[in-house]
Amino acid sequence: MENEGTVGLDCNFELKEVQKLEGHTDRVWGLAWNPVTGLAGVPSVLASCSGDKTVRIWQQAAATGSWECKAVLDETHTRTVRSCAWSPSGKMLATASFDATTAIWENVGDDFECVATLEGHENEVKSVCWNSSGSLLATCGRDKSVWIWEVQPGHEFECVSVLQGHTQDVKMVLWHPSIDLLVSVSYDNTIKIWAEDGESDDWHCVQTLGDSFSGHSSTVWAVSFNSTGDKMVTCSDDLTLKIWDTSLDLTASGSDSSGLWRHLCTLSGYHDRTIFSVHWSRDGVIASGAGDDTIRLFKEIPSDVVNGPSYNMICKKEKVHSMDVNSVQWHPKVPTILASASDDGYIKIWELKAIS
Amino acid sequence: MTLGLINANPVVHAKKERIARPEFDLHSSTDDSVDPLDIYDFVRDIRDPEHPYSLEQLSVLSEESITVDEKLGRILITFTPTVQHCSMATVIGLCLRVKLMRCFPPHFKVDINVAPGSLADEDSVNKQLNDKERVAAALENPNLRQLVDECLQSNEL
Repeated sequence: MENEGTVGLDCNFELKEVQKLEGHTDRVWGLAWNPVTGLAGVPSVLASCSGDKTVRIWQQAAATGSWECKAVLDETHTRTVRSCAWSPSGKMLATASFDATTAIWENVGDDFECVATLEGHENEVKSVCWNSSGSLLATCGRDKSVWIWEVQPGHEFECVSVLQGHTQDVKMVLWHPSIDLLVSVSYDNTIKIWAEDGESDDWHCVQTLGDSFSGHSSTVWAVSFNSTGDKMVTCSDDLTLKIWDTSLDLTASGSDSSGLWRHLCTLSGYHDRTIFSVHWSRDGVIASGAGDDTIRLFKEIPSDVVNGPSYNMICKKEKVHSMDVNSVQWHPKVPTILASASDDGYIKIWELKAIS
Repeated sequence: MTLGLINANPVVHAKKERIARPEFDLHSSTDDSVDPLDIYDFVRDIRDPEHPYSLEQLSVLSEESITVDEKLGRILITFTPTVQHCSMATVIGLCLRVKLMRCFPPHFKVDINVAPGSLADEDSVNKQLNDKERVAAALENPNLRQLVDECLQSNEL
């Protein structure tokens, strides 16, 4: 089903800027909210990574509500840090770099210490992600491979699989929110789904979403699951967002992961430059950030039996940064808070409000 | 790096006579208007990575190479490699990007393409040249960076 974006604009929401975070001295590529913060008196914590080779940790001060930089993780990566991801416990941070390594940091009080360095990729590592239980880590890079690492006691990480299949640079990897299913997106224009073969514990590609599945026609930059994990959204250099859904029975543990994903909807005619980032909030709002310096928000319109769900743009904010938006990330606990990062070196915190 | 030159006998054109133009001071321009010829002035003297001639002299670039869409804030540069199987095309593209990054306000979006039909693997080269993550990573490679810096050091002879 194609939603060409002409189905009624319903823009009665706005994004209000809360604060601009300064500190990085080069473009900011990625953001990650610490998943166990921002609730029950625990101040929100946000990590950011940059072309300046550092990672910064930002915390919201309980008294004033304003954001401060609590730590700068430097002198470790020797090139751009492209991606960062917190473990589900919030105790460890993984950082992926163009220097071909992935560093694992542990939060000890106010400090962060690099406790492990994962080597193996032949060149730039572009993305890192922890699975929902924190037992596995995935990385990917320009060497076209996806690596799966097992998290072991004593800060040991063992590579359990090197997945070949993509024919070009792999831009991002993401674990499913509840089962051990891995998605990778690539410069080869495809999306691949990887799962473990129940019998042999071998990881293999169970599906490739390309041309024959109404896939993207240029580099796919990012992917995000909805909160229930039955849908995912991807964004691309082809200027579209695509929504996918699955017939997988996600409740059955150890389930046969061969339930296929299918194309549900394409959102086109919105951004007019490469869309670098997309993120689906707990409340069902999809945020996209692009090279047109704009953030757009979309929400699903309940489906009718005949046509299936479609998506309305509920907000468009132009010139959110003076340069490309590289990352948009919703707060894990407060679904109206959004962070954005840009080539301009700044991070901005936004609040979604209904226009009265 | 190949040992033999890709194109050992390039056709070299006389440098085009330069009409004196008012000096373009980026930082004092009060309006956003950008003249393609101003951009051309910045890039015409970039040296070819293989030969001691400028991109203009080798007809890799000409005034027609630059188009500006002020409304959209976009610059498009189209260049013509000297031969169909030019492995230096990505280097030339990088030189153009770096030069523009240094000379132009960052809010202008720059797209760099090879002229249609001028290169055998045109689509693949265009894709690389316009993938900013690939460009950023390439520029962190010290050897490549040095080559680019050498090409950009050219002065008017």
